[in-house]
Amino acid sequence: MSHKTLTEKIFESHLDREPKVGEVVVVDIDFAMGQDGTSPLAIQKFYEMGGKKVLKPEKIALVIDHGAPSPNEGFSNLHKLMRDFAYEQGIKLFDIGSGICHQLIPEYGFAGPYDIIVGADSHTCTYGAVGAFATGIGSSELSAVMLSGKLWFKIPASIRVVLSGKLPAGVYSKDIILYLAKLIGADGATYKALEFDGEVIDQLSVDARFTISNMAVEVGAKAGIFPVDDKTKLWLKEHGRENVKDLSIDPLANYESTIEIDVSKLEPQVALPHRVDNVVDISKVGDVPIHQGFIGTCTNGRLEDLEIASKILEGKQIHPKVRLIVSCASKSIYLEALRRGIIEKLINAGATIIPPGCGPCVGTHAGVPSDGENVISTANRNFKGRMGNNKAFIYLASPATVAVSCLTGKITDPRRYL
Amino acid sequence: MIIRGFAHKLGDDINTDYIISGKYKFKTLDMKELAQHIFEDIEPDFIKKIKPGDIIVAGKNFGCGSSREQAPLVIKNAGLSAVVAVSFARIFYRNAINNGLPLVECDTSNIDDGDELEIELEKGIVKDITKGFEIQINPLPPFMMKLLQDGGLVEHFKKYGGFSIE
Ligand code: SF4
Repeated sequence: MSHKTLTEKIFESHLDREPKVGEVVVVDIDFAMGQDGTSPLAIQKFYEMGGKKVLKPEKIALVIDHGAPSPNEGFSNLHKLMRDFAYEQGIKLFDIGSGICHQLIPEYGFAGPYDIIVGADSHTCTYGAVGAFATGIGSSELSAVMLSGKLWFKIPASIRVVLSGKLPAGVYSKDIILYLAKLIGADGATYKALEFDGEVIDQLSVDARFTISNMAVEVGAKAGIFPVDDKTKLWLKEHGRENVKDLSIDPLANYESTIEIDVSKLEPQVALPHRVDNVVDISKVGDVPIHQGFIGTCTNGRLEDLEIASKILEGKQIHPKVRLIVSCASKSIYLEALRRGIIEKLINAGATIIPPGCGPCVGTHAGVPSDGENVISTANRNFKGRMGNNKAFIYLASPATVAVSCLTGKITDPRRYL
Repeated sequence: MIIRGFAHKLGDDINTDYIISGKYKFKTLDMKELAQHIFEDIEPDFIKKIKPGDIIVAGKNFGCGSSREQAPLVIKNAGLSAVVAVSFARIFYRNAINNGLPLVECDTSNIDDGDELEIELEKGIVKDITKGFEIQINPLPPFMMKLLQDGGLVEHFKKYGGFSIE
């Protein structure tokens, strides 16, 4: 078999033989991660399994991002458990203020092509943007990796997603992945890997690719992998990874199916409450007043996203009935956004900046909406109760759509404001 | 493994936030306490409606969303004995097996709320005792069956000192 999917190529590099779709294999893990919602249970189970020393502490990182800084004593005690464990075991700990796990792992050079990475967080698939097979696992599995350095996988079949055409102004990678969710549904790729191909990839920055890989799990996928090109190599070099191997798509490989999307005709997309695949063209949203906007998260809290929003908001004021919350995905993004004057523009327009981290994305703190309120967010999930109040309504969109909607006070097409 | 209990029927795409809301899961590792809030955002007082051994019956994509292992643990700690659904999201699937919570994938359209069910995992059969029909299911792949029979990943590691299939 000379034609292989990206997934097969990556597993082959770990098995030293050709993998077969559907077979169960145990492989060495290149890097593993846990956050503050999942690590405490992993630490507990590590000891239950009889663990004393973590096998390869240099291949693990723990991140305090879901409740950072701690909103209550319960969280504080779990954070302490993580800090003590990381210190004892010599594991890298990203404490409060560092940022979101899925930004930090690639930013610190822990993710790259051919890596097999697991994280006790479903959006670990984000690192597929730089050519890794990365997927979410549970806490017990993180314990197993800490103990043995290995994990089992069922080799998934792959779906090739071909993105063709040219992205219109005001339409972004977020709109592409929301559109894909509409097309195939929340379980459209369950147990499968998505592999991205097509001329549009050249038009996307690595930041923009992270947004797409990040949401692969929202259509059920195990991974969302991009081939590696010069842009990826440059990005990786800037983040401490040099001399990476090529990883390219072979359209003749055994893809279970191929999905073609011509992005030239794409409108900005909005996911309506309470489902990520409940997506419509922005022209069909109708009149929806907005009470809170949120720009941030592991989906769209990167420099490019903040810059897009600040250009729209520069010299203007958000609507008096709207609150806008902004959280940078990491400390280094925060610092760069400060240097470039992005943060100042956002604050002057009326935004509230909260520390780098998950913020209100998962409803733990820092921006829980009130009953009946509508929130427009750059996050990846809009489930009922997601932001901490099951009587609120969450709409998902690109940073441009969120910024413009905060100006007008209702969901608004950004193309008219660029 | 034979499991017997009454069905509690839920819909499609029941996500892990609905199983246990993020606002509780971070507060504690006490799964009994978390179990008091099971399915609260979609069915308040769900915990009061169930009896030990009852079975969750759902549509497609059960357990989608986050990787929180608290989801299957809360189901177990609420006293529920299994989940039968048309399909499962993959991380939930792994987490359930890793914690010894039996899952069954099959057509659930003919099972109604309150039906008494009997599941024979090894044989791959779900019986609706109330209505008197049987559904044939695909048995679990051998490695996952082993994990389940061992009682989950912790017990598996204790027994073998690692994965048994390297
Ligand atoms: S930003 Fe939101 S989706 Fe991303 S890791 Fe944090 S809680 Fe999860």
